[in-house]
Amino acid sequence: MIETKNIDFYYGDFHALKNISMKMEANTVTALIGPSGCGKSTFLRLFNRMNDLIPGAKLTGECLIDGQDIYGKSVQVDELRKKVGMVFQKPNPFPKSIFENVAYGLRVNGVKDRNFIKQRVEESLVGAALWDEVKDKLKKSAFELSGGQQQRLCIARALAISPSVLLMDEPASALDPISTSKVEELIHELKRDYTIVIVTHNMQQAARISDKTGFFMLGELVEYSDTKKMFLNPEKQQTQNYITGRFG
Amino acid sequence: MKRLKRIIEKLIEGILTVSGAVTTIVILLIVVFLFREGAGLFRSPAVEKGYVLCVDAGNTVTHLGPKQIKEIFDWEIENWKDVGGRDQQIVVFRFEEIFSRYSDEELGADYELLPEKLGEVISSTPGIIAFIPKQYMPENVPGIKVLRSDDITLSDFLGGREWIPTATPAPQFGVLPLIMGTLWVSLFAIIIALPLGLGVAIYLSELAGERMRKILKPTIELLAGIPSVVYGFFGLVVLVPLIQKVFGLPVGETALAGSVILAIMALPTIITVAEDAMRNTPRAMREASLALGASNWQTIYKVIVPYAASGISAAVVLGIGRAIGETMAVLMVTGNAAVMPHSLFEPVRTIPATIAAELGEAPAGGAHYQALFLLGCILFVITMIISVTAEAISKRQPNRGL
Repeated sequence: MIETKNIDFYYGDFHALKNISMKMEANTVTALIGPSGCGKSTFLRLFNRMNDLIPGAKLTGECLIDGQDIYGKSVQVDELRKKVGMVFQKPNPFPKSIFENVAYGLRVNGVKDRNFIKQRVEESLVGAALWDEVKDKLKKSAFELSGGQQQRLCIARALAISPSVLLMDEPASALDPISTSKVEELIHELKRDYTIVIVTHNMQQAARISDKTGFFMLGELVEYSDTKKMFLNPEKQQTQNYITGRFG
Repeated sequence: MKRLKRIIEKLIEGILTVSGAVTTIVILLIVVFLFREGAGLFRSPAVEKGYVLCVDAGNTVTHLGPKQIKEIFDWEIENWKDVGGRDQQIVVFRFEEIFSRYSDEELGADYELLPEKLGEVISSTPGIIAFIPKQYMPENVPGIKVLRSDDITLSDFLGGREWIPTATPAPQFGVLPLIMGTLWVSLFAIIIALPLGLGVAIYLSELAGERMRKILKPTIELLAGIPSVVYGFFGLVVLVPLIQKVFGLPVGETALAGSVILAIMALPTIITVAEDAMRNTPRAMREASLALGASNWQTIYKVIVPYAASGISAAVVLGIGRAIGETMAVLMVTGNAAVMPHSLFEPVRTIPATIAAELGEAPAGGAHYQALFLLGCILFVITMIISVTAEAISKRQPNRGL
């Protein structure tokens, strides 16, 4: 379970997130929607502390995962990131073989047992619905895969270290419709084992795959409710305008 | 109006084409000139121009190579059988000796009797080899024979281990010690510069704060602009005495001094190019690695350095190129002894330093002059190989990990 309490976030002087409190249940898919620059990606990147890399960033408020404040002093960032996997907007496989891409997370976390790595790579690729397509060319460069396959490889890479949360930053925006539907099916499958937070620009996608949806605008969480309710009967006029395509 | 504009555009186009063509042709001509001047060496006889070698008529040897001649006159070969003749002691006779055997009166006021006297000496001394100017060569004397001296060959030049361009009667143009000296100094320069350069590049691109980078990067780039003679001067005044003292050497002007100076000079190139390559690693790569729980260091050596590998190799090759072609600084600190390098603590001489030091003294058109041009050709070939390699490497796609 993920919970944020009164989060405020600044890039230097820019107030990017304003007083956001939100709860996301375990084993659900939560979609974050909103116009570009509304802060939804920034919000997503709080959960694995990716924003730490940005100079001049500042955060106030609390951000809890399974009850633990992930910005607490005792938290080690690399340990946190093992628990909170992330899939990025554009497929970004490493310039390594398919096998090594998936094994990377295990290796950097000190796993030496070759059989275990092998087994974990297979499980992850199966989990990411890619195994059948690549099982005969694990030694080939990851760059030889298509864009959709690369994105599923990146998902497999994230699954390999057995996270409990999976963050997805517009994972299908760079993919064609067929690859997109494969990734969406996959997200549906993964829900059983992971808590998924997904940022998307595509309203239909949010409606198809998520259980709950949060609508962001100008750094504020305008509305957060069950996806069905959000899309059929939104509470706020702003939400109504956005999902019917009147702006954004 | 429109026509005028078009004419002007055509004109500018023409000027640009011509200037491009002229530049290319000039560069090609320089290369051709280099090779043409140098190639003459292989048509020059081993014996110094204007001189001949004479033996007594009874000698069966008909020709000698440059190395043999040198060894004979250095008393390293003392018997004709060692150069393919009969078992007979070699008597070395240099032209000057004639003046101690005969008085000025006997030789005549204008030395008009000199050839005759030379003829007497040569024909009456079995086993003699005499080195005399062509103009005083005794003619039509039955007792003497002129030795044919071989032309200098490519293998004498490339494989020769001695570079003594001013030796008489046969100058030695063996470039092996110079090539080895160049490679030796450059090799150690790279061994010193590579870890340092890579370290600084990693620091600058990954670890340094923005403010530190803003100070360091221009400073390092500035280092590349310092004239090499200044580096040489620094080396001579600071480094050479330091090396002499630290290692307890008789002289501080050693290969090591050259390597260190070259390393310092190659560093800015290596750092700048390698740093650019690493900064060009997409942020997505970095984030992907960090998001998987990798530490900053793991990300650097497992993702960023491999990704930037081709850029880093290009940096290294460019650094080597800088080191190999460098002249002045090396000339000033390496001691310039044209011997095969055995250790870092001996003086060595590099190809560029040799050209710079000797071209002023070599008579134009002579064998020495041609040999220096050939050295230039060798250097040109080496640096061309390096820049072609650098080009090929930097054009390669980022490492695909296979």
